[in-house]
Amino acid sequence: MQTLYDKLWKNHVVHDGPGDTALLYIDRHLVHEVTSPQAFESLRIAGRKPWRLDSILAVADHNVPTTERANGISDPISRLQVETLDRNCEELGITEFKMNDLRQGIVHVIGPEQGATLPGMTVVCGDSHTSTHGAFACLAFGIGTSEVEHVLATQCLSIKKALEMQILVDGTLGHGVTAKDVALAIIGKIGTAGGTGYAIEFSGSTICALSMEGRMTLCNMAIEAGARAGMIAVDDITIDYISGRPLAPKGDSWEKAVTYWRTLKSDEGVEFNQIVKLDAAEIKPQVTWGTSPEMVTTVDGRVPDPLKITDSVKRNDMQRALKYMGLAPNMLISEIYLDKIFIGSCTNARIEDLRAAAEVVKDRHIAKNIKLAMVVPGSGLVKLQAEEEGLDKVFLNAGFEWREPGCSMCLAMNDDYLSPGERCASTSNRNFEGRQGPAGRTHLVSPAMAAAAAVAGHFVDVRNIY
Amino acid sequence: MEKFLNCKGLVVPLDRANVDTDAIIPKQFLKSINRSGFGRYLFDEWRYLDYGEPGMEVAQRKPNPDFVLNQVRYQGARILLTRANFGCGSSREHAPWALQDYGFQVIIAPSFADIFFNNTFKIGLLPIVLSENIVDQMFREVNLNVGYYLVVNLEDQTVVTPSGETHIFEVDSFRKKNLLNGLDEIELTLQYAEKIKAFEDKKRIEQPWLFT
Ligand code: SF4
Repeated sequence: MQTLYDKLWKNHVVHDGPGDTALLYIDRHLVHEVTSPQAFESLRIAGRKPWRLDSILAVADHNVPTTERANGISDPISRLQVETLDRNCEELGITEFKMNDLRQGIVHVIGPEQGATLPGMTVVCGDSHTSTHGAFACLAFGIGTSEVEHVLATQCLSIKKALEMQILVDGTLGHGVTAKDVALAIIGKIGTAGGTGYAIEFSGSTICALSMEGRMTLCNMAIEAGARAGMIAVDDITIDYISGRPLAPKGDSWEKAVTYWRTLKSDEGVEFNQIVKLDAAEIKPQVTWGTSPEMVTTVDGRVPDPLKITDSVKRNDMQRALKYMGLAPNMLISEIYLDKIFIGSCTNARIEDLRAAAEVVKDRHIAKNIKLAMVVPGSGLVKLQAEEEGLDKVFLNAGFEWREPGCSMCLAMNDDYLSPGERCASTSNRNFEGRQGPAGRTHLVSPAMAAAAAVAGHFVDVRNIY
Repeated sequence: MEKFLNCKGLVVPLDRANVDTDAIIPKQFLKSINRSGFGRYLFDEWRYLDYGEPGMEVAQRKPNPDFVLNQVRYQGARILLTRANFGCGSSREHAPWALQDYGFQVIIAPSFADIFFNNTFKIGLLPIVLSENIVDQMFREVNLNVGYYLVVNLEDQTVVTPSGETHIFEVDSFRKKNLLNGLDEIELTLQYAEKIKAFEDKKRIEQPWLFT
C-alpha cells in the first residue's frame, strides 16, 4: 500500500541513492525574478544550457508595481532584476509572461491557472510557497537558488524522502469559515515547525468539499507549518478545474491523463508516520496576534499572556512578539484597530477570495481609521474575471483601491508597504517582523475577515456581519 | 562549492527560536542580482537602528548596541549558536549567502527549517543539529565565558567544547562527502545524464501531456 506521496515519489525516481537521497525528475520548473538571476549566471559561467526548455515557465511578480505600469518600474534595482529575468528568458528561449502580459501574475496563481500545474507532476520553484501546487496532487516544493541552477542544468534534484503526515479534517465548516482559517488553525495546533521533515497530505470530508482555490490556500500554508510539501488527492473538483486550461491536455491525451490522475490518492488504510485530526465544526475565524503564523487565536479570543507560559524560550518569544506588535496581554482581538487592509498574495488572491471579500464589503464603506485598503488580484486573468463580475466596482465603491497583479504588500519589495508601526489585516501568509515593511505589524486573516475589518476599522467576527 | 574545512571558531549566541529568513536577510536586499555582498546586511533590522537600503555603507549605519552580533566580545565569530526552527519561512538562498559572507562557517541549533537546512549544504555552510539540552548548556557556557569557542570536525562529526567535552552530530553521508571534497553537485548528477534521458523518453511516451 502506498500514500499519494509514495506514488508521486516513485514515479519520479531516476536513480536511487547516493545515501538516503534519490535523484528525482522535475516536470515543471516555475521561475521568478528574485531567486533566479544568480542561477542563470552560474549556469552561463559553467557553460551549461537548460536541460528542457518546455518545462520552464517564468514570470516577474515580486518587484512589479501594482499601480500604473505604462512607465515601467521606477526603482532602478527592481527594474534591473525584472529586466535580468526578461533577458535570461529571451536569450535562452524560456516562456515568460512579461509585466504587461494579461497572463502575468503571482507565480503560484498563474501555474494552475494556465494548466502548467497538472496532477502527478513534480513542481519546483525558487520560492517556498511552491507547496501551493500540491493542491493538484503534485509533489511541489520550494528550492534555493543552487537547486534552481541544478534543475535548469539537469532536470533533476537529489533529495531525501520526507516523513509522511496526514492531516485529517472532517465535518462542515461554519458559515464565514474558510480554508485560510483551517490553515491557520492547523498551524496553531502543530506549530510552525510541526511539519518539519514531513510531506503533508490533507484529507477528510472538509478538504473534499473545498474548491481548488481553497485547496491551494491550504497547501500554500503547508510551508508555514514547516512542511516543504503539502498535497491533496485528485477528485472531480480537481479535474473540472483543469479542464480547458491552456496547457491542459486535449482529446485522447486528456482521457488518458484523467484515467491516470484518478489513481493519485493514498491507498485505503495506508499508514502515515503521523496523523493529526481536526474537527471542522470547531474551527472559528482565525487572527494572528504575533510575529509567527503559529501565534494565532480565534476572532472571539484574547491576546495571550506571556506570564502564563512556563517555558522561558517561549515566554521570551511571546514577550518580544507582543512588544513588536504593540499589543497588551489579555486584550480582546476585537479591540485591535487597523491602519491598512491588504487583500492579495498567493494565499488569497484568486477569484473565490475576491468574491468572498466583495460579498462582505458590498454596499458598505471602509472605516474612517483605515488609511489604505487595497485589493491586489493574483493575476491579470483573475483581475479581468473579477471586473467582468463587477467586483472592482464593489471594492472601489467601498473605498478600496483596485490594483494590478503581483506579490505587492505580501512582502513589500515594490512600493506597497507598511510604514513603521502601521497595523495591517492581511490575507497573506507571513506575519514575520518587517515582512510588510520595516516595523510594520501584520495580522493574518481570511479575505472575508480582512474585508470585515476594513468596514469596522477593527477585527470583528465576520460570521456576525453577513 | 567551497570545501568545508574543519573549524575552530568563536561562538555567538542568538537566543531566539523560529528565526526566519526574512530576519536573516530582509527583502530589500533580495533585489540584487549578485551572489555575494550580503554579509553586511545580515540580520539588518536587528543589527542596525536605521532602515537599511541596498548599497548603504556600513560606516554610515547606526548599529544597535543591544544586538548580540554588535557586541565587542563576539567580533570575528565563526559559529552561530541559536534556537529551534532556525531559517524558517522563505526559501531565499540569500540567507545562507549572508551568513557565510558575514563569516559564519557553522550554525548550531536544536532544529532547522527544511529548505534552509538544504540550502546551507549547497554552499558549504554547515548546519549542526544538537539536542535542546546540549544547546541550552552551550548557551549558558557562552554567556559565562568571554572568548568561548568550539572545534568542529566534519570528518569525525564532532563538536568539542573548550573543556574537552565531545558531542557527536549526524550528517547525511552524501552531503558530508560533497562538503569535504567541495564537489559540484551538477557535475555529479550529469554522470547520470543517460539515465535521465532514458527516464524522460519513457515518460514522453507514457505521459505525453507533460511535454507540451
Ligand atoms: S505572494 Fe507573497 S508569499 Fe506568494 S510568492 Fe509572492 S511574495 Fe511569496
